[in-house]
Amino acid sequence: MIVSRRAWREAAIYLTSAIAVVLLWWLFVRLTGVKEYLLPGPDKVLSNMWEQCATLLDETAVTAWETVLGFIVSVIIAMPMAVLMTESRAAYSFGYPLVVGLQTVPKIAVAPLLVVVLGFGILPKVIVVVLVAFFPIVVNAIVGFRTVDPDMHNLGRILGFGRVKFFMRISLPQALPSIFAGLKVAMTLALIGAIVAEFVGADKGLGYLLLSASARMDSTLSFSALIALTLLGLALYAAVALLEWLVVPWRRETDTEVRGSQ
Amino acid sequence: MTDELYTPGTASIMLDGVSLRYAGRTSVEALRNVSLTVESGHFVSILGPSGCGKSTILSLVAGLRMPSAGRVLRNNETIQGPVTSAGMVFQKPVLLEWRSALGNVMLSAEAHGMPRDEGERRARDLLLSVGLAGFENAYPRELSGGMQQRVAICRALVHEPDMLLMDEPFAALDAITRDQLAVDLGRIFLKRRASVLFVTHSIPEAIFLSDKVVVMTGRPGTVSKIIDIDLPRPRSLHIRRSPAFGEYESQILRLFEEAGLLHDESGGQGGAAGPV
Repeated sequence: MIVSRRAWREAAIYLTSAIAVVLLWWLFVRLTGVKEYLLPGPDKVLSNMWEQCATLLDETAVTAWETVLGFIVSVIIAMPMAVLMTESRAAYSFGYPLVVGLQTVPKIAVAPLLVVVLGFGILPKVIVVVLVAFFPIVVNAIVGFRTVDPDMHNLGRILGFGRVKFFMRISLPQALPSIFAGLKVAMTLALIGAIVAEFVGADKGLGYLLLSASARMDSTLSFSALIALTLLGLALYAAVALLEWLVVPWRRETDTEVRGSQ
Repeated sequence: MTDELYTPGTASIMLDGVSLRYAGRTSVEALRNVSLTVESGHFVSILGPSGCGKSTILSLVAGLRMPSAGRVLRNNETIQGPVTSAGMVFQKPVLLEWRSALGNVMLSAEAHGMPRDEGERRARDLLLSVGLAGFENAYPRELSGGMQQRVAICRALVHEPDMLLMDEPFAALDAITRDQLAVDLGRIFLKRRASVLFVTHSIPEAIFLSDKVVVMTGRPGTVSKIIDIDLPRPRSLHIRRSPAFGEYESQILRLFEEAGLLHDESGGQGGAAGPV
């Protein structure tokens, strides 16, 4: 696998800025002498993470599972809906305003209600995740499917493509970059959804850990949970980005944009 | 090349009193009583200003649109729907960005049910013949505009179409690339002799490539005159400096002046001053 020089340079820049933030954090704690329960230093947090390693991993796994499960369910519901709304004019004019309208509802606010109705299990968490992750997937997929050059339609007709063939050979692949843009947004939202659902009612997961640590004024543990949460978010996002890299090879960044001209 | 194995079939095209109205809130008449023929194996250009319905004629011949009145015939039979045996080139390359140059050419071979290795062999031959050897695996975005349009031309040719329909295919290219592609197209045409219907707004381009130029004026589009171009083939770009070429140019210029599309106050008499 060839990773371009540019990718290495970008990775180096990210790493440098992350180290700089930690360093500033450490300097701030050192110089101001702020109380540990208000802001623990990075050294304290890291040693706490090491001690609490097993707990953190367990809770991270719980949250990760809720997020991924909800994300997959969102894709399973959203993609067929997007296809339907692209192919059927009636479905589009009926469904699209509904989708856009529903998107403005603060879905996070539904979470407490779901706990009342469905209890403390995994189901309400998955539902909240689906509620927030579903919309960017549908909207981006529809936009991707619908932005086909009119001459592309003419080409398809002159090649004798029917609707199914045109969709499979042309609409779908050309929508993939847009679909993945939606999936990346959806994945970040999915994690937020899972955490909020855990805030509202849970006995495990990073959201639960975060909430109980705050309640005990254990700031060090809160920060440990936050860092675990950040790393989980990065990993989930990277997983989608990797999938995109594999599925959409023609949009990969290359060092040489134009190989030659003639 | 494999030309000796293959004798291309060519189609004749005939438009007989064709009119087209776009239905809508304000119905617009795009074409009025257009008649023209493309004899089998001939290169015919449709020349005219923007908005005179040139491209509309092409979509009628491709069977992508039906006339409001009159008949569009292919080999003396009325066209009922998309003519899949045709090859079409658009103003933009409209390549599939996820397929390589080779893959784009092969799309058309696949669509016509050609065996894979046969399609690939033909696609490679065609890319070679337009100077794209070595770029078979390049994605479209890695190619220049001229190279992309060459790929599009190969795609239109790979299934050995009986007619080639080209809708201002060089309009978006720079002048030098444009000349090069015109020369290449002339060479390809000599080799294959498919019937070609070529839409352009460039007078020299139309004369250089064609056996016959259909001059159109517009709104609604009507045929102003059909001019036979009697210049020997193969034609080099230098033929544009010949007296005969200049004569054709001023003849067409006069047609546009008479139609009120061009105003030249100096009323100049000698030929080759037309816009390129």
